[in-house]
Amino acid sequence: MTATSTRPAAPARPFNWLPVKIWALYIVGLVPAVWYFYLGATGNLGADPVVTFEHNLGFWAIRFLLATLAITPIFILGGPNLIAYRRALGLLGFWYVLFHFTVYLTLDRALDFSAIIPDIVKRPYITIGMLGFIMLIPLALTSNRFSIRRLGPRWNKLHKLSYLVIIAGVVHFVMSTKVLIVEQMIYIVLTALLLGFRVFKKPIMNWRKERMKAKRLAKA
Amino acid sequence: MTYRPPHIPSSEITPKSVYLNRRQLIAGAAAAGGLALTGGSAFAATPIRIGNKVDDAKGETVTPKESATTYNNFYEFGTDKSDPAKNSGKFKPLPWAIKVDGMVGKPQTFGFEDLLATMPIEERIYRFRCVEAWSMVIPWDGFQLSELLKKVEPLASAKYVAFETVVRPEEMPGQKGYFQPLPWPYVDGLRLDEAMQPLTLMAVGMYGEALPNQSGAPIRLIVPWKYGFKSIKSIVRITLTDKEPPCSWNKAAANEYGFYSNVNPKRDHPRWSQATERRIGGKTGFFSGGGDRRDTLMFNGYDEVASLYNGMDLINTYY
Repeated sequence: MTATSTRPAAPARPFNWLPVKIWALYIVGLVPAVWYFYLGATGNLGADPVVTFEHNLGFWAIRFLLATLAITPIFILGGPNLIAYRRALGLLGFWYVLFHFTVYLTLDRALDFSAIIPDIVKRPYITIGMLGFIMLIPLALTSNRFSIRRLGPRWNKLHKLSYLVIIAGVVHFVMSTKVLIVEQMIYIVLTALLLGFRVFKKPIMNWRKERMKAKRLAKA
Repeated sequence: MTYRPPHIPSSEITPKSVYLNRRQLIAGAAAAGGLALTGGSAFAATPIRIGNKVDDAKGETVTPKESATTYNNFYEFGTDKSDPAKNSGKFKPLPWAIKVDGMVGKPQTFGFEDLLATMPIEERIYRFRCVEAWSMVIPWDGFQLSELLKKVEPLASAKYVAFETVVRPEEMPGQKGYFQPLPWPYVDGLRLDEAMQPLTLMAVGMYGEALPNQSGAPIRLIVPWKYGFKSIKSIVRITLTDKEPPCSWNKAAANEYGFYSNVNPKRDHPRWSQATERRIGGKTGFFSGGGDRRDTLMFNGYDEVASLYNGMDLINTYY
């Protein structure tokens, strides 16, 4: 009768902050878009508000995609494991590409498809940007747990498309400008480093394993 | 030490009616000569003595001055549109002289103040179309380049006019540092008949006041039927020649920027369309004209120049 009262109380589990932090990342990540939209809508984004907004959305898309690709190298090179945040970063990148494309279609081109379609077909930098966006769509659609489970090892293969996406994004940006300056160089170098890391990932990991083994042997 | 603008209490600001009146007085005294320039920082706000006023933009709305002077391409001060206004504070437009030489009977060096005092200065409201597919409407104050060229008596052998921008890395931060977008000095050129066309202006002011540094102080070219980069700024030298002169953007990418660079909606930039343009409309916001896009006109609407190019293929050869 009194069985329940004799059971020892379960130890208090520490509150899991991780989901909160991930949601906070989503919210903070959307701040630039909201802020620039507010500035543009109220006439505080300079003389050319539409293009300034459009470009800033594009920059943030590239930044989030680069951050997504930095998670693995940071961990392998001995940094913290931020894998829990990778999906949020990647999705933010996708959202910013979508915002950027939407602003191009609406505020910039006013849905004038007689201009938009030739633009996408004829202008290599727009074609490349568009390809990057198209490749990003299946990645966004399969960014849920169900897809990861369902696709198994194929999920990893599919998500290697993100390497092509970042190349398309940076090439799209660089080709749209008149001269190569420091800003473009920074994005090119970061992309080269992050993708270069993938090429040399195996030797880097082997080197780390060897080093750990050597340490263990030395201790023994 | 950095320059700090003096604080001016509102009680000391001249009412508009008074300074407009003063400008009329100055215009009335035009024949008597130019105005005293105090030099340095006060220069940019100096009113310009104006004779005729000509609206060559057919009544289109003039771009607010704030937009026209904060959204600039002037790579000597940096590559961002906001850089020229931010980074040109150290630039000293006075004293200034322009050397005019080459195939001329009377090569001369003109002091800027002398030009200001003696040349017939008009206000010309022109459309301004950038190769990046944006445009403005700007009231320039200046004199026809033809008036200046007549003074040096071009020789019959002269076929082209070459222009050169000043090089002052100490005052122009874009000319310093590791990554420089273009080789300096910035150069550009026109055919002599283009230079003599009455629309071709040597601007010394805009919006009735001396040119601000970011807009090419103290004297720049304005060729309204060509893309904006042809309208070279802060000119120190003009040379008449019989060979097509080099142009900075043409040297940087010949297939993208031709010697002529006439505004032409049918000749696309290899990477973007020139069929339409965004009219820069001031601090208007997204939903009140911020995305004002319109069709680009052949020769930027200045059809009177068409005869300069009779029989020339302006799409494939002479772009």
